[in-house]
Amino acid sequence: MIQENLLAWLTRSIQFGTVIMYGSLGEILTEKSGNLNLGVPGIMYLGAFAGFASVFTYEKNHPNPSAVVCVLLGMVFAFLAAALGGLIYSFLTITLRANQNVTGLALTTFGTGVANFMCTFMFPGVYAKAGFANAAFKTKIPFLSDRLGIVGQIFFSYDLLVYLAIVTAILMHLYISKTRSGLNLRAVGENPATADAAGVNVTRHKYLATVIGAGVSGMGGLYYVVTYNDGIWATTDEIAALGWLAVALVIFTTWRPLNAIWGAYLFGTLYWLYNFLPKLLGATNTERTASLYQMLPYLVTIVVLVAVSLRRRRESQPPASLGLPYFREDR
Amino acid sequence: MTAPEVRKTHAEPLFRIARRNAVSVKTKIVTRAAAILLALVIDAFFIVLVTKLNPFAVYARIFAASFSAPMLFMQLLRDLTSLLCIGVALAPAFRMRFWNIGAEGQVLMGGFATAMCMIFLGDRIPTSALFLVMIVTSILAGAVWGFIPAFFKANWNTNETLFTLMMNYVAIQIVAYAVNIMRGERASVGSINKAGWFPNIFGYNFTLNIFIVAALTVAMYIYLKYTKHGYEIAVVGESERTAKYAGINVKKVTIRTMLISGALCGLCGLILVAGDKHTIATNTAGGNGFTAIIVAWLAKFNTIYMTLISFLLVFLEKGAREIASTYGLNEYIAGIISGIILFFILGSEFFLQYRLIFRHRAEHAEKGGADK
Amino acid sequence: MAEKAKTDTGRKPDAIRLEGISKSFGTIQANRNVSMSIRRGEILSVLGENGSGKTTLMNIMSGIYFPDEGRIFVDGEEVTIASPKDAFSLGIGMIHQHFKLVDVFTAAENIVLGLPPEESGEGKRLDMKAVSKRIRQICDRYGFDIEPDQKVYEMTVSQKQTLEIVKVLYRGADILILDEPTAVLTPQETEKLFGVMREMKKDGCAVVIITHKLHEVLEISDRVVILRKGEYIGDIATSDADELTLTEMMVGKKVALDIERPEPVGRKLRLAVKHLTVIGPEGLPTLKDATFDVYGGEILGVAGISGCGQKELLEAIAGLQIPAEGSSVTFYPSSGGADSELVGLTPRQIKELGIHLSFVPEDRLGMGLVGSMGMTENMMLKSYEKGKSFFTDTQAPKKLAEDVKEDLAVVTPSVSTPVRRLSGGNVQKVLVGREIAAAPEVLMTAYAVRGLDIGTSYQIYRLLNEQKKKGVAVLYVGEDLDVLIDLCDRILVLCAGQITGLVNGREATKEGIGLLMTKLNSHDDNSRGDGGKEG
Repeated sequence: MIQENLLAWLTRSIQFGTVIMYGSLGEILTEKSGNLNLGVPGIMYLGAFAGFASVFTYEKNHPNPSAVVCVLLGMVFAFLAAALGGLIYSFLTITLRANQNVTGLALTTFGTGVANFMCTFMFPGVYAKAGFANAAFKTKIPFLSDRLGIVGQIFFSYDLLVYLAIVTAILMHLYISKTRSGLNLRAVGENPATADAAGVNVTRHKYLATVIGAGVSGMGGLYYVVTYNDGIWATTDEIAALGWLAVALVIFTTWRPLNAIWGAYLFGTLYWLYNFLPKLLGATNTERTASLYQMLPYLVTIVVLVAVSLRRRRESQPPASLGLPYFREDR
Repeated sequence: MTAPEVRKTHAEPLFRIARRNAVSVKTKIVTRAAAILLALVIDAFFIVLVTKLNPFAVYARIFAASFSAPMLFMQLLRDLTSLLCIGVALAPAFRMRFWNIGAEGQVLMGGFATAMCMIFLGDRIPTSALFLVMIVTSILAGAVWGFIPAFFKANWNTNETLFTLMMNYVAIQIVAYAVNIMRGERASVGSINKAGWFPNIFGYNFTLNIFIVAALTVAMYIYLKYTKHGYEIAVVGESERTAKYAGINVKKVTIRTMLISGALCGLCGLILVAGDKHTIATNTAGGNGFTAIIVAWLAKFNTIYMTLISFLLVFLEKGAREIASTYGLNEYIAGIISGIILFFILGSEFFLQYRLIFRHRAEHAEKGGADK
Repeated sequence: MAEKAKTDTGRKPDAIRLEGISKSFGTIQANRNVSMSIRRGEILSVLGENGSGKTTLMNIMSGIYFPDEGRIFVDGEEVTIASPKDAFSLGIGMIHQHFKLVDVFTAAENIVLGLPPEESGEGKRLDMKAVSKRIRQICDRYGFDIEPDQKVYEMTVSQKQTLEIVKVLYRGADILILDEPTAVLTPQETEKLFGVMREMKKDGCAVVIITHKLHEVLEISDRVVILRKGEYIGDIATSDADELTLTEMMVGKKVALDIERPEPVGRKLRLAVKHLTVIGPEGLPTLKDATFDVYGGEILGVAGISGCGQKELLEAIAGLQIPAEGSSVTFYPSSGGADSELVGLTPRQIKELGIHLSFVPEDRLGMGLVGSMGMTENMMLKSYEKGKSFFTDTQAPKKLAEDVKEDLAVVTPSVSTPVRRLSGGNVQKVLVGREIAAAPEVLMTAYAVRGLDIGTSYQIYRLLNEQKKKGVAVLYVGEDLDVLIDLCDRILVLCAGQITGLVNGREATKEGIGLLMTKLNSHDDNSRGDGGKEG
């Protein structure tokens, strides 16, 4: 009973963590280029909508849907739609030098609007379920997940996108800290004038990081609908809340992709604490105190934010030019 | 890297960007009006695309949604005040370049304090005393929510954008918790007993809101423009070094300004709960805390401009809701329409600050000006 | 003169030839129709006063700015340099006056920043070991002392500059542009740098050094190009030049300064500064144990290489920096009342004691004025809080603004035009006008005439003298030794945060002050070489 609860808690935490891990990985990449994109909730909505719409349409119009096609379709569309949101943001903030915070917030309004408005055209009624896609996305690793007992349950019983998130985090870490382009990107976020003088194409790095980052964030939206929410499209505010939590997670990780892996799962654990901790302790009536537990990720983030500013360690600070526009001929 | 290939005719950029000197008021108005018009055209395309309706008919309906009946116009004013009030509350913080993204939470805390007073004191103390307690507690609640990030910003330069953003969700969860405790599992506590409602004036129970917000808007304009506090805020916002040079206590001004900003947000919460919604829920502020940031920024901290921008946004939002209900669409269309408008207004600022110099036309380019 | 120099070079095309380069920033014309050439195997000095357009011109060559007009030829081929990347691929490397380094990166990371993989020869992956190896090779070649893994924020100024040079060499640049590289260096470090430059010249590089120090021009360069007010004045072989000819070309006429210097009357102790020490952000003292007196009715000059504690000195007196334990600044009012200790007081508290202390800071728009406000609002910057009213008084500042505009002939459309839009000279007039209008007992100015035209400079000198005659104690931090010697009654010399001399302005010589400005460095050298603990 205890073990079951623990395992269920773990599963829920990891699924939850995967949603915000995508969200924050994308935002880390974006912020490394010096762009503070507060449009993450809108971007995740765009990814969720496009991904879901594509798999839903595919599944409804195809007599024998293929799981592989379904998964690929969802991922490609989620990524592209979210990246398009990132492109709008990039054009406004990088090319037209609009204020980043305000543009991000407008993008959140816009993305939320598009996703929730378009869904009435794509899906009948307010409730739509993509059952096949849900099953396809939930496919576990064969053999490893069911043969290895508790080890298999703990480490190998998740779906593709969970592992893809971890792989993305590791790849992003390698990219940022081990490659030339990653070094250039960090320089753009720290000191664009210096990067520019060194021959780094500031505009290109900012665009690419922001657009690809948005695409990665969008995968979080996709994962939310097809897996975390059991393949059901519903107009809830939860994607927005998770979007903000992803922004919080970026701070928590001190802008390091590898930290996003455990940070996301920790946030998931904290978020679902309300459900499982009382159960483990044998208490009832858990829903009432849920909100207090769900406050924890935000509180932890505030503590980290304050701690980072108190310690002033140079390596843990936000990218130095975060939020600032760059214009070469300014002096 | 073969140098000779970099030839003038090929590599000279198609156009270059240069800062321009201050532009005339006329240019500003024309540019912004053009941006809004262009956005409305794009919106019209979008509406035609998804609804196959005549865009003129749609815009006529949008207009009618606010102006076809006194009642509708009053509702426009009510929604306008809800948004404008927060924008006004944010003005001092933004003038100081303090990114207070936490209005949503500050408003919610103010509204929450008001609702608590109404629920627990509603029938126990006289109405006048109740109003007094409501005002004091809502202001206090908002001020505390503004103070915390300001305190850390002033002392340790903690990033206020991210801090205030997090505080929103702490507030939301507190309200969610309280609502759960009070009324079981429902999202809202339902309509609160009438003690503590703003009085019904001229047949509308939100009339008082309009007067309060109008007064606040004018007062804030005067505060920022003609008072010593306002002057200090402007100097701190421009340059902390200048402020220190002038003998201004930057810490004190930062904290004081955020106390005022938070307190006014708390007051917005009071107005929302006691003068309009008469209930409390996690979505009482309804995202206006975020929209107001955009309003405050676009208005460049001038509360009179804020009124105009709030009007435009609320007018469109009401119109969008109207077409949504008339044509059986969902009301999120409002988000798309105002999102596009905002993108265009934000983008248009570029043309007020920079000018493009096209290839081969540099000689004829207008004599703009950079600030050295 | 230019024609003669040109014929000397022979057949080989110039490394860089500029033709008719113009560049303006809004209303400010930084370069006007400049044509000049840079040759290989030659060290070229670009000489000009502050604001003569040297840096802008070099920034155009290195791709930071794009010219409004004109053509650029590299090795005889016409090119377009639209970005620093283009400049690098043409072999042009620039060492900026304000270092272009990423603080949180290591030396090696800064060096490979922006390099395409094929050019550094270590493949696509970032192989920091190979990078470090090549850095060490370059360092050995020229005798540099750079630790590839050291973070930039831990480096001293001279280390940062060395890093900048290594960065440019690593890229294989053969046209090097150094923008006032010696401003932050000790003579020993300067000598070392010159050695490196000569080495590069021997390797066939074209080396350009921007400076306004004549003795350096004469020491290091083969040829000098002179710019004045954005225009090309001419070039001259260094062997044909001496300080006088260069100065004449630079300022356009003989330096007959002819600044008035009235005899001090009623000279009276105003400030007694004792053991004033300021600790910088890195924990090292930026001003060490300064002890001197300031008298009413005289102008006390402060000379020194920039960044030697001048800023800290003035800001500590003004209450803007917190001095270390044991520091003391005592103020003796002209009225003869009780003296007061200023250390530990904020600017506001000093003002509340009734002490009128005026300060014209170096950073006019970033500290002394609010750029987005008009003259009227700027006039109230230090007096806005007067009176009990909750509201600001706008009448008096408006009157004052009108007066300052009138008296100092400030050119502005109106007193409500944001001062950011005024020209540099007019900005300074607004600032000085306000500070003088406050009827100060102490007036401190930092680089009061930097970037100003001759006329405005003289106007400023006249204003300072008027204050002196009124019995004000004037502290004048300057960089032009001629002016210091002609204007000031006494001159305090700072070097690396310490007072190295206090000389009588009427007897001082440029050489004497110059020596004092570099005095400490000889026995200070070891510690600086070891990581610059003396900062």
